[in-house]
Amino acid sequence: MYPTKYHRPASLAEALQLLADNEDAKLLAGGQTLLPTMKQHLAAPEAVIDLSASGLSGISNGGTMVTIGAMTTHAEVAASADIAAIVPVLNSVASGIGDPAVRHRGTIGGSISNNDPSADYPAALVGLDARIVTNKRELAADEFFDGMFATALEEDEIVTQVRVVQPKRAAYVKFPNPASRYAMVGVMVAETASGIRVAVTGAGEDGVFRHEGLEAALSADFSPGAVDGVEVEADGLLTDMHATAEYRAHLVKVMAKRAVAAC
Amino acid sequence: MTEVTLTVNGKAVKRDVPDTMLLVEFLREELRLTGTHVGCDTSQCGACVVHLDGKAVKSCTTLAAQASGGTVITIEGLANGALHPMQKAFNDNHGLQCGFCTPGMIMSGVDMVARYKAAGKELTEHAIREELEGNICRCTGYHNIVKSIQQAAGEM
Repeated sequence: MYPTKYHRPASLAEALQLLADNEDAKLLAGGQTLLPTMKQHLAAPEAVIDLSASGLSGISNGGTMVTIGAMTTHAEVAASADIAAIVPVLNSVASGIGDPAVRHRGTIGGSISNNDPSADYPAALVGLDARIVTNKRELAADEFFDGMFATALEEDEIVTQVRVVQPKRAAYVKFPNPASRYAMVGVMVAETASGIRVAVTGAGEDGVFRHEGLEAALSADFSPGAVDGVEVEADGLLTDMHATAEYRAHLVKVMAKRAVAAC
Repeated sequence: MTEVTLTVNGKAVKRDVPDTMLLVEFLREELRLTGTHVGCDTSQCGACVVHLDGKAVKSCTTLAAQASGGTVITIEGLANGALHPMQKAFNDNHGLQCGFCTPGMIMSGVDMVARYKAAGKELTEHAIREELEGNICRCTGYHNIVKSIQQAAGEM
């Protein structure tokens, strides 16, 4: 790891000040991606700003909406009774990320700010039509995720909360890579106030995306069989050592069917 | 440099260390607690698992500075006169061959038993295998590790 300066601000205001004062700083949430990246010399920030003491953790039950602090860990989301009562699909998404020790450190805010194209939360939040709250504004998940490892976040912006309204029904199914366990393809199917939404992770060259064809077919007939008639194009999907774009396109349909069946 | 203050296995320690120092380096190199191992150093293998504030974490993917102010238990801190039931179970069931992964297996085992107990859930053989996703053993085929954790779950 290249030298860096570690900071642990005691409030969000202090964190924002440190971010403004250190041009080449990185925010450190759970560190389960940033630290390995720094160890591999793929990132070398002059400063890291640890948000663990900035008061951004916790889950609050708003009846039909749940608010999740950005520094809430995957293990806390997985075990939350409030989330189980409102959006149980998020318990299952969080319990499938990484492994138990990683889930004790990794956070929802860190995961979505990194926007790894194979991460689970981006598909979950886009599928659930979640709102992402920052120190400056509130964004729809659709607007927040902005291509591979890219988000709408500005330089002086920190994710503070994620808000999810209770869906009518929802399920997330992924095909994990046998070695890394990251999603080769993960599909969230949800019926929300804004209709049927289908969000796909692991497959797109530009990260998470919604599939209009699947959404239209499932809006007309919400059944696994409805997926059969939908064309999922390999264009724009990832090809790498693990799978071709064609294989991923096939997996999108299989995962979508399984998600519908699990709804 | 940054000042790191920790309670490790019940003992208060304080050291000035580089900001980039990992928790596992702090434990092994500063405190000479070499029971915690570095296997892959990429947070895959789990040989470095310790308990930080009561939760299993990968100490190769945590900065010592992040842990500062916290409480750490390592494999050296488990036995209290007699072996911990999890250690005894690994011994009884031949739950190791080369032993390299064992400290991490035992720390993960203790963590999972405690979590399932707190949640009032049964730690089945299937659940143990799922819970061991982040701990890799290249010798045993896991069978005796799973048996060891099952035995300890009944005794803890």
